[in-house]
Amino acid sequence: MTATLFEKIWNQHVVAEEPDYPAVLYIDLHLVHEVTSPQAFSGLRARGIPVRRPDLTVATMDHSIPTLPRGLAVVDGEAEAQLAQLETNCTAYGIRLYARGSEGQGIVHVIGPERGFTQPGKTIVCGDSHTSTHGAFGALAFGIGTSEVEHVLATQCLLQHKPRTFEVRLDGALAPGVTAKDIILALIARIGVGGGTGYVLEYTGDAVRSLGMEGRMTVCNMSIEAGARAGMIAPDDTTFEYLAGREFAPKGPAWDAALDRWRALPTDPGAGYDRTVTIDVGALEPMITYGTNPGMGVGISAPVPDPASLSDASQRDALAKALRYMDLRPGVSLKGHKVDVVFIGSCTNSRLSDLRDAARVFNGRKVHAGTRVLVVPGSQEIKRQAESEGLDRVFKDAGAEWRDAGCSMCIAMNGDQLEPGQYAVSTSNRNFEGRQGKGGRTFLASPLTAAAAAVTGQISDVRELL
Amino acid sequence: MPAFTTLTSRYAVLPVSDIDTDQIIPARFLKVTDKVGLGQKLFHDWRGATFVLDVPEAAGVQVLVAGDNFGCGSSREHAPWALCDWGLRAVVSTSFADIFKGNALKNGLLPIEVDADAHAELVAAPWQSVSIDLAAQTMTLPSGRAVTFPIDPFAKRCLLDGVDQLGYLLGFEDRIAAYEAGH
Repeated sequence: MTATLFEKIWNQHVVAEEPDYPAVLYIDLHLVHEVTSPQAFSGLRARGIPVRRPDLTVATMDHSIPTLPRGLAVVDGEAEAQLAQLETNCTAYGIRLYARGSEGQGIVHVIGPERGFTQPGKTIVCGDSHTSTHGAFGALAFGIGTSEVEHVLATQCLLQHKPRTFEVRLDGALAPGVTAKDIILALIARIGVGGGTGYVLEYTGDAVRSLGMEGRMTVCNMSIEAGARAGMIAPDDTTFEYLAGREFAPKGPAWDAALDRWRALPTDPGAGYDRTVTIDVGALEPMITYGTNPGMGVGISAPVPDPASLSDASQRDALAKALRYMDLRPGVSLKGHKVDVVFIGSCTNSRLSDLRDAARVFNGRKVHAGTRVLVVPGSQEIKRQAESEGLDRVFKDAGAEWRDAGCSMCIAMNGDQLEPGQYAVSTSNRNFEGRQGKGGRTFLASPLTAAAAAVTGQISDVRELL
Repeated sequence: MPAFTTLTSRYAVLPVSDIDTDQIIPARFLKVTDKVGLGQKLFHDWRGATFVLDVPEAAGVQVLVAGDNFGCGSSREHAPWALCDWGLRAVVSTSFADIFKGNALKNGLLPIEVDADAHAELVAAPWQSVSIDLAAQTMTLPSGRAVTFPIDPFAKRCLLDGVDQLGYLLGFEDRIAAYEAGH
């Protein structure tokens, strides 16, 4: 019997499956952060239940911690109390915590892979929708709510209905200046923000094989922005090379045994998907969003679409509403549009290759006068690596702010935020109204395109700067 | 979790598609360690005298009719907590985002998925009443027409009985232990 990557992992983790009930699915790795866990721990306490597997649970502080030098105060007392509560909970239940100031601290979806916790074939959950990131390793990884965080803390299991499978075939080779971020923005623009609802996406094709692990993480990260339960990529030698030697990756004979298991994971020839879409990535140009959801994106040369051109009334209303919020005119290219702030960071694009991409553009250039630029590495480890390569000097010499690790302006909970009316080019994942600060307006793009905006002060085609 | 059996209520209409959880409750209000009082932050940045939940007709409304793909974006369970705390018991749409739907069902908030015709009928006549019967999986529209809606049988049972899902999951202790022993 043939099976897809998803089906193999699913089948290996079903603890029980009763008719008319959701399956009981075992979870191999539970990642925890400060924002979505306090009520779950309180629930456990109220029931008098311990954490079943603290050894399979890993916590970090990322959403609300300051990214300015660590000595500075947390944004407010509420955030301080939330961080303190995570520390208390992790101490009480014996959970490994990468706290403020610790060397391993970083964004939860950055440190999981970086430390080697994230591995092929695992089921991975976190109270955070961008948990789909970890699917880049051939894991089944998805975001959950706080009630489910409590379920996993208590039982190491979740009640789940089996999603359907959706193959996203990526053919061709990327042109210079076009990146993994542009692939995923193009996919969401094509299938829509609800296009993946009810499905697990599996990315296949030559273009996926050519991507490094960091690019694969960027693609899987934003699968949720198409509404998908998860995004996955079959593991291969690129995956194994990335993991070899990482702190929590298997070692010695255990590594060899793991490789045997991992090599059996890819989708069998002839196994079917419920749906398939193919994208020729060779035809893509750098992407940019113009609206208030990640599906509202176009190639950098294309004009902002006109609501009048849409036949569906609700889509027309949604586009008109988005353009009002963004204060953009239809039919005009975004190139040349003024940019107030550039944010390079987030669990989508804050890894070393992202920083290297940005530095290529910054190198020898200055941030445009009047534009504010934040570069926020995804982890303290990435920060150290970038500094050892001298990337921090490139950013600082150009006039950008070089920060400590955290979610920062992607979610604007820590004081890093837009002012009302400001325009940002951001390498993050959501351009929702107010996402980066009340009244702020976000254009999502790749690190290359963000850096191009930083040095020109306007939306620019990075290919003209490379 | 409060039980959900039947409900007759007037409804408010917010005919916007793809309402994300950052609109339902902005991230800056997530720095809490409990679930209390989040209704005050519901749709915070859209609120104001003319917003649909702030007009006088909204008093006592327990059902919200919203556009397609309601609840997309972040996994924050604060979204259903805020909707419930405001006083809502059901949201009607043509579709819901996966994580939001799961979160809503775990908090006694019923996501009711209807077809485009029924949805259009509701949107065209705001502030009327609907009657919801969860056991029968029907909603009676103001016109008197009853439409059925889908719901996962397990979530339905939990809602009807007002019990949370963790109790059921804890009953698998032996099988979970056996699974762990074999891996």
